[in-house]
This record gives sequence, structure tokens and C-alpha cells, in this order.
Amino acid sequence: MSATAPATPLLAVRGVKTYYGNIIALKGVDVDIHEGEIVTLIGANGAGKSTLMMTICGAPQARDGTVRFAGRDITRLPTHEIMRLRIAQSPEGRRIFPRMSVYENLQMGAALEGGSHFAADLERMFEMFPRLKERIHQRGGTLSGGEQQMLAIARALMSRPRLLLLDEPSLGLAPLVVRQIFDAIRLLNETEGLTVFLVEQNAYHALKLAHRGYVMVNGVITMSGTGADLLARPEVRSAYLDGGH
Amino acid sequence: MAPHRSDLWEREDTPPETTPAAPPVPPAPAADAVVLPAIKDAVASGVITGLLLLPLVGFRATESGSGPLTLTYRFGLVAVFALLVAGLRLVLNLTLWRPGRKIRDNRSAGLAALSAKVAPAARPAFFALALLYPLLAVTLSGGLSPSRYWVDLGIYILTYVMLGWGLNIVVGLAGLLDLGYVAFYAVGAYTFALLSTSVPLNAFFDAHVAEGFWASWSFFVCLPMAGILAALWGVILGFPVLRLRGDYLAIVTLAFGEIIRLVLINWVSLTNGGAGISSVPAITFFGVPFNGNDDGFAARFGLDYDSMHRMIFLYFIILGLAALTALVTIRLRKMPVGRAWEALREDEIACRSLGINTTLTKLTAFATGAMFGGFAGAFFAVRVRFVSPESFTFMESAVILAIVVLGGMGSQMGVAAAAILLIGGMEMLRNLSFLKASFLFGPDFDPSLYRMLIFGFAMVAVMVWRPRGLVANRMPTIFLKQRKAVSGALVKEGHG
Repeated sequence: MSATAPATPLLAVRGVKTYYGNIIALKGVDVDIHEGEIVTLIGANGAGKSTLMMTICGAPQARDGTVRFAGRDITRLPTHEIMRLRIAQSPEGRRIFPRMSVYENLQMGAALEGGSHFAADLERMFEMFPRLKERIHQRGGTLSGGEQQMLAIARALMSRPRLLLLDEPSLGLAPLVVRQIFDAIRLLNETEGLTVFLVEQNAYHALKLAHRGYVMVNGVITMSGTGADLLARPEVRSAYLDGGH
Repeated sequence: MAPHRSDLWEREDTPPETTPAAPPVPPAPAADAVVLPAIKDAVASGVITGLLLLPLVGFRATESGSGPLTLTYRFGLVAVFALLVAGLRLVLNLTLWRPGRKIRDNRSAGLAALSAKVAPAARPAFFALALLYPLLAVTLSGGLSPSRYWVDLGIYILTYVMLGWGLNIVVGLAGLLDLGYVAFYAVGAYTFALLSTSVPLNAFFDAHVAEGFWASWSFFVCLPMAGILAALWGVILGFPVLRLRGDYLAIVTLAFGEIIRLVLINWVSLTNGGAGISSVPAITFFGVPFNGNDDGFAARFGLDYDSMHRMIFLYFIILGLAALTALVTIRLRKMPVGRAWEALREDEIACRSLGINTTLTKLTAFATGAMFGGFAGAFFAVRVRFVSPESFTFMESAVILAIVVLGGMGSQMGVAAAAILLIGGMEMLRNLSFLKASFLFGPDFDPSLYRMLIFGFAMVAVMVWRPRGLVANRMPTIFLKQRKAVSGALVKEGHG
């Protein structure tokens, strides 16, 4: 399934340094994501995974280095303009709109897309996540955790993104639901060629799913390679997979 | 689409809905076992109350001029209090506190179902009642002049309904806590008052258009300007402060409200300071003045002159303005910007990650809310024909905010109901003249002094029993096949 790498990557992160006040969170990170790839970033708590994802979205902005998307420098763009380049994000903790219905949540996702494909996209999402169709009139806040995650992903997909950023979609979910969500991501990648950047704690599942992976430790990328390659490495196994699977 | 997709997402089997078996109910005690202790308890608490209040309330030392203190006895009042306590305890013991009473969970669900049934009819009914209100007032009070109080009360309430709806855009929809809403009200009022009394403007229109043109038309010209200027001030305030959230935003808007008031007091050369601006021109029927002259409203329409014509016209003006506020809000909620407001209230980060420009969205909410505040302000000025900074204190902001919160944030009907209850209720307290009976509080008692106390009690009561506001249901603004209300009881306080 591994995509043949085109000359320029869809998303290129080069030497990015991000600070929270005086505290450095990313100490010069390089990440490439090519069109049609699933790339995962794994690492321990506090390694800077979510910070990298948020830096790509421009909140906080990188103090040093560049982020280029489809050849365009987006390092200094405000978040909403970055998102208009058709990068979609399912943020950490899902962040669906709790008082709005499932339908309204999905419509918010299509806010950028303008609504021309809304009905078709809605059908697509319901086909992928039939649960959402059953819950269409329910408030987002009344959904279960797994349903909320499905909603968050579906909402991100409603904008027909070129790049989907997923921050810890497996957080707090039962293994069965995690598998469902990961299956959906794989399916989207296989059938529609969706490019996915996945930040995960659940290293085993993430590496099995991804074409390529990066390992982050204390704000630095320490290892990279294909998913299978990383899975096989003893240091990855001992640090992130021990006692697990 | 791949055929295998459907089986990937097999539904987990949901067990059929089963009603949980009713917990074993302890056999209800025999009637005697309930009633007798209840009566005993009531008598005992009545006696205790009487004894406690005898020295506190029963004797009163009053100074009679320069003479000695005289003791007055108010045993009647003590007896009334004691009986009240005894009666209340008896009722509570027999109903709510009855031992072995089954607790029904479905009470709120029943209420929700009822309100869902009533909801579709509520809006037209409310509007029809508002339209017919002056007619009702005139008929029921028996003539134009006796209805003055009631029409005035209607105008007063509708002003607050409109202000509540305006603030509802900012607080209820966009979730920005604004404690200084009265500032925009003041901007609107002063815009109209200053422009309409401006000597150069009057002279200019007298010279170029017609004698007295500006005095008779200024309200209709200034109304949009008042709205625009208030919206402009909303943007001016909004730009620096909208990066703030929650408590911090509240403090800054509170300060802004006070700043506007202080400027109005201290910029004497423009605003005439604390003395205010008087002789604001009265409203005209689109250029036709409401007076007894031959070219007045009454003469033109073949009516007998009555000053109530102007009041009733004012009533319909504010009704129109309030309806405009409601319509615009309803329309906006269905448009992308309105939905963005609601999404912003829910989660700002999620909004940004969906590509919504949050600053712009907040600014539009602020400006739209401010605009309606400005309209209401201009109306206030033309109704009272006098503006002074005293009318725009923090208390006004607090009352408007209370209306929005009590009404259930985001709910239009709730806000209207809360405005009627709060403003109308406070007004009704003036009429509790039976409390002045000699055996109760005496003729010196002024029930309206206790308005704020009762107001506070009412707020506490609403927050205890309906923590999400009077109307806690929220109709989805967009829906697939049918509209389904989602009860506020399903989400936590402040989010429903």
C-alpha cells in the first residue's frame, strides 16, 4: 500500500521549534507527509506530539523553522486560514459541539466547503458510521465516547480535506471501538486516497495502520521508518509496546 | 463504495429498552399515622414561631416627635406569621415531606413533553397577544385614559423583551458574557437625544427642507443611526477585548459600561452632564404630530384628541422593534454566521480547527447585539423624552442579563417570558396594597421597597428548580426530517 513518494511532500515540517512561553516544546522537528500516506507519530506523554499537531495548525505558531503545505509556507498563517487550505483536524479530546445536534455538528464541519456536496458527504459519513445516522437528532454531548470520536472524524471529513490530522482518536475508548475507528481510517485511505497524519499513544495499532511512523521523545524525532519496521525495532518495543500486545 | 464496508460497522447489539423494575415501595403508612404527627408538628412550629417573634415583631418602640418612646403592639402580625409557618409546614408534611412518598422521576420528562406540545403554538400566541394587548387594555380598563398605566407597562416590558433578545445574541448564542450591555443602550439613547435636539441640524432642515421637519422626523432618521453607532461602539470595544474569555471578558465589558456612563456624566459640554438632555422631541405618526391642533393626528384621522394615541403608537413601535430583533435572530441562527455563533459558544478551539474566523464571528455577534441595544436606546429616549446618565447604571445591565439567564440562554420565548415575569412582576409589587392593612405592616409599609428582595428570591428559586432557565429546551436550528427538541436536562448546567 505504500505510496510512491512524489518529489515534494504534501506537508513538510522543517526544523520547527515551538515554545510555550520560555519553555521549549519542540526542539527542531522534521516531518514529511506525502500524498496518500498514513503517517503516525508516537511517543510518551509530554513528548510534544500534540504540540506538533497544533503547530501545524498555527496555534501556537512555530518560533523557528517552516511548515509547508502543498508547497506553500503556512508557518505564519492564522489557524482559520490554514484550515481553509483543506487541512482538517480532529482535535485531542474530540471537541465536538455538545449542545448542537449531530446533524448540526456535521454541518459545521462543512462550513468551509460551502454546502454544495453536503447531502452526498452526509450520506458517505452515515455509510461509514451508521451509528451517527441513528443519533442524528441527538445532542453531541449525549453521545458515548466512541460515537463522539466518530462524529469528530466525520465532522473533519465533511470539509473534504486533502490532509486529515487526527490527535489521539483512541483516547479513552474500548478496544473494539478503537478497532472500528482505525478500520475506518484505513478504509478512507484505501478507497479515497486520503492523507492522514495520526498522533497516537496506542503505538501498536497506530504503527500497524500507518505506512510510515515517527517516534518523538522530549520534543525531538528520534526514529522514523515504515510502520512494520518501527514495530520490529527492539527499542520501540521496549519503550512503547512492552507488556501490551 | 466497497461492499464489505457495511459489515465493518456492524451495530453492536443494543438490548431492547427495558423499564427498570420499580423498587419495592414501603407500604404507605395509614392516614392517621401521617396526619396526626403532621398536625402536631404544625402546631408546635407555629407556637415556636409565635414565641420567637413575640419580642422581635410583637413590640415596637416608636418615637413620637420629640416626645418619649411609645410602645406599639403588633400581635396581629405575630399571629399571621405563626399561622403562615404552621400552615406551610402542615402542607409540606402532607405533600412533599410525607413519609413514604414515592419520588417520581418522570415529572421533568412530563413537563418537557408538555412544553414540547405547547411550544409550536407559543410563538404565534404570544405575538397575537402582544398585538391585541392595547385593545385589551383599553377595553378592560374602560377607556383610553384609564388604560394609560397598562399600555405604559406594556411598553416598559417590551423594551426589556427587546433588550433581552438583543443581549441574547451576545450571551445566549455566542456565549460571550457581556456585563456592560447598557452602554449600547446609552449610546443609542444619546445618539437620538443629541441629534434631535441639535440646534444646527434643526436650523439646517428648517432652512432647506421644511419648518419643523427635523423635530417631527428625527426619530425615524436617527433610529438606524443609533443602531449603527451602537454597533460601531460594539466593534470598537470588541476589537481589543475579544481575545479575552469568560470572566475576563465580563470584567472588561463591565468596565466599558461604567466608562460610557462616566463619560456621559463628565463631558458636560456635549451631554449636559448629570442634568441630562431634556425636551427631546416627541414621536410623530410619520411626520404627523400627536397633538390637538388641526393638523394633528386626531384631527387628520377624525378622532377625538387623546394623549393616549401617542402611547399606543409608541407601543406598536416597540412591538415592531422587538419583532424585528426576534426575526433577525431567527434568520441569523439559520445562516452560517448564526450557527458559527452557537458553535463558538460550544467550543472555540473546535471552531478554529474547522476554519472559522473566531475574531470576526465574535465581532459580528457583539455588533449585532449592540445594534439592537442602540435601537432600544433610541426608543427609550423618544418615549421618556429625557435622557440622563442615571438611566444607564450597572443595575440595568444586571436586570437584562438576569432576564437572559432566567429565560434560558438562547431561548427566545424563555427570554420573553422572563422579561414579563421580572419586569411585570416587579411592577405588580407596587400594587400589593393589601399588605398595608393595619394588622399586617401598617400604612407606612411600601411593598415596592422589597422588590429587589423578592427579585432575588425569584432568581434563587428559578436556579434551584429550573437550573437551565425557564425554557431549557433548544430546538435544533437545522434538522433532517423533523424538528426534535432536545431537553436541557440531558447536559450539564450552563450548557443547556
